[in-house]
Amino acid sequence: MKPHEIAIIAGMTAVTFPIRYLLFALGEHVDFPPLLRRALGFVPVAVLTAITVPLVLLPDGQHWRLDWRNAYLAGALAAGVVAWRWRGLLASIGAGLVTYLVWRAMFMG
Amino acid sequence: MAEFLRGARDTVPMLVGAAPFGLIFGTLAGPAGLSHMGAALMSLVVFAGSSQFIALTLLAGGAGTALIVLTTLVVNLRHALYSANLQPHVARLPQLWRAPLAFWLTDETFAVVQRRYAESDLSPFKHWYYLGSCLAMYTNWQLWTVTGIFLGQAVAGIGRLGLEFAMVATFVAIVVPLLRTRPMVASALTSAGAALLARGLPYKLGLMVAALAGVVVGVWLEEQGRPDETA
Repeated sequence: MKPHEIAIIAGMTAVTFPIRYLLFALGEHVDFPPLLRRALGFVPVAVLTAITVPLVLLPDGQHWRLDWRNAYLAGALAAGVVAWRWRGLLASIGAGLVTYLVWRAMFMG
Repeated sequence: MAEFLRGARDTVPMLVGAAPFGLIFGTLAGPAGLSHMGAALMSLVVFAGSSQFIALTLLAGGAGTALIVLTTLVVNLRHALYSANLQPHVARLPQLWRAPLAFWLTDETFAVVQRRYAESDLSPFKHWYYLGSCLAMYTNWQLWTVTGIFLGQAVAGIGRLGLEFAMVATFVAIVVPLLRTRPMVASALTSAGAALLARGLPYKLGLMVAALAGVVVGVWLEEQGRPDETA
């Protein structure tokens, strides 16, 4: 294991555990500000969207791929439709992966 | 003890859901540049699936330690929301209980345990239920991470089996069901637009800018939607 791996893992632990523990540790002595609570409610959607959308529309990080042959786009759309309709996490991921693989087999290679 | 087993049993569907993530994380760790020990250690001490995935992507993209840690912070902030919800139920337990229960708090355990606390019976042992769910998730995650590590080693080129797309599919599956209100949709659109515009920024800072913009727009629209409450 290289030094930078240890640094990464230590750093990730150092931020993740306090996020989970802080409010538990304080016990009953703390009120969570409503505005902060509301802001936190948007964090998962905002963060995960910011990660995913550029990956899907520019799979190589350089070029726009807004065509229907883009396997990332096809897979993401399939996952999105299944998630919207049935809400099942696993089914949605499965549908996305299968679509992605089929598209890649058809249009790349 | 009955509560402990019940907590573990009620978590079984979540274990099935988490298994592929653990497997894929272990498999992709090598190609992304994380050693076997590093991957196993990360699952043991960080124990936060999405941020572990993102750390791999960032690592593969050549990002530095500071950025990976900062991104982990942003991605895991949602756990503060979970602990705020569970806090009233654990506030009277000794710290010796609270610390491990916090360490093991995940999306899945939160979903299961919150339901148990909402039940009206006055069982004084609901924290044992919580612990049962935690240990089931934790054991499961380690098991599948290690399996993935060995699988990635044994099957050359498994990284090209479409696993690089798994993270995209996972995030889409998490986000889409949340897009049920106008502020949520606006938040996602803002974040997406900002991420695309700011993608040229160094060190993937665009991600931070976009996430912040998405949160601000979401909160702002939600405030607009309930003018009566501000008085």
